[in-house]
Amino acid sequence: MSVSFWNFLISHHAEVLSRTLEHLLLVGAAMLVAVVIGIPLGIALVRRQILRRWVLGTANVIQTIPSLALFGFLIPVPFLGGIGATTAIVALALYALLPILRNTYTGIAGVDPAVLESARGMGMTPRQILWDVELPLSMGVILAGVRVATVICIGVATIAAAIGAGGLGVFIFRGVAMVSNAVILAGAIPAALLAIAVDLILGLVERKLTPSVTGASAFKSV
Amino acid sequence: MLWQESGCTDRKRHADRPENEDCSEWGRSLTCRDGFQPRYGRCPGWRVSRAAAPDGLAIELRSIEYHLDGRPIVSAITFKVAPGETLILLGRSGSGKTTTLKLINRLLEPTSGEILIEGRPQLEWDPIRLRRRIGYVIQDVGLFPHWTVEQNVGMVPRLESWPEARVQGRVREMLELVGLDFAKFAGRKPSELSGGQRQRVGVARALAADPPILLMDEPFGALDPVTRAELQREFRELAARLEKAIVFVTHDLREALLLGTRIGLFAEGWLAGIYEPEEFLHATDAEARAFVDSLGAGSVARVSHPG
Repeated sequence: MSVSFWNFLISHHAEVLSRTLEHLLLVGAAMLVAVVIGIPLGIALVRRQILRRWVLGTANVIQTIPSLALFGFLIPVPFLGGIGATTAIVALALYALLPILRNTYTGIAGVDPAVLESARGMGMTPRQILWDVELPLSMGVILAGVRVATVICIGVATIAAAIGAGGLGVFIFRGVAMVSNAVILAGAIPAALLAIAVDLILGLVERKLTPSVTGASAFKSV
Repeated sequence: MLWQESGCTDRKRHADRPENEDCSEWGRSLTCRDGFQPRYGRCPGWRVSRAAAPDGLAIELRSIEYHLDGRPIVSAITFKVAPGETLILLGRSGSGKTTTLKLINRLLEPTSGEILIEGRPQLEWDPIRLRRRIGYVIQDVGLFPHWTVEQNVGMVPRLESWPEARVQGRVREMLELVGLDFAKFAGRKPSELSGGQRQRVGVARALAADPPILLMDEPFGALDPVTRAELQREFRELAARLEKAIVFVTHDLREALLLGTRIGLFAEGWLAGIYEPEEFLHATDAEARAFVDSLGAGSVARVSHPG
């Protein structure tokens, strides 16, 4: 007799909450690493075009490795590997890297060359150009990349349970072993809701942080 | 530099040591003009509206060569520009005129030859300081789309740490100078402006920090003919009032004759000659004749006496 989903949720609410928190921590840590590495690296790729093919190519290849396999590959790696959260965070960060890298590159490379030329010609230092021109103008695209990467991360993090890192995947694997839909859903539904919620929240953040290039009277005929 | 620009309050002492921009060596407290505060022992935001070179030249190029991947782009370029002059660099597309312009504000570095800005070799200038003393206007304008008109025009003064009140006063002044109503345009973003209005803001931005030199690369090329003619006329009057050394790139002979005090003809990376506008119309050089012919028969008389 399989327990219904709601009954399971109510009776195990404490565990569901703690696994959700674990899940968020895994994703949060991985995203932090991915952003701290990915955005500066994306900027560097625009400056040094030679690196571009290699770095983007590598990130692409990593993305194609099946997630369970990637977790598995990392286990024997010393220091970063082993069973548990560290390996999971490393793998998740690697998955999050490509969208962030690619969007940062596209955003920065897509800044109007006339704007860059006039900024340089009028005497802005390279640092001023990066912070006052390139980053503000690419912010929308970069944040979109972060948003996509986070949502991917939330999905892939369910696999982390397979290597002992915890998270909502625990329910999914447990449910598969028990052949119980209720238990699987107890992992899958919160994960999906998390992804939707984060997508919405980061979408709002994206809108707030992207500087507007249209003014208040944008639709008035001039 | 001249004592007036250093902000030093002791003229005589500064005259004894003209290379010392920093008065603090004499142990006097530094008083800067116009409400500036001393920073790192010197007065920021000093401005000169006249070139300070001993022979009065703002720009001098001597045998400039620029090669890219071994190919010569411009060769043996030599000319001088004094304050108050407008030198036109005229030539076909690809003749090297834009390249030459970019060598002046060091967006490109010459392969050989010397450039003197205000009497000092270009290599002695800090490139950032150099560019802030040269106004730069390009065809696509390049206004920052995420900044308002006011922020765009006030860009270089703010980079130079002018007091905020002074920046705002200056922005107001500049917008009036280019014929834009401050109240109406200051808060707008570039996307809300027409092409002509954008280029007016571009010129205002270039003039905001009162640089002694102005470089313009086909600034009116992307405008419709009516707006272009309007801006050309207004620019002509403006240039006559400001004592700046202007280098203006164009491929339009009409524009060259209207705006230039001298015309430098470029052909295939060489400077074919420098002419007075009247001289140009009667020049015997083949390239010059090609340009004059492009005006069309009968228009020589009209063009040589611009109304």
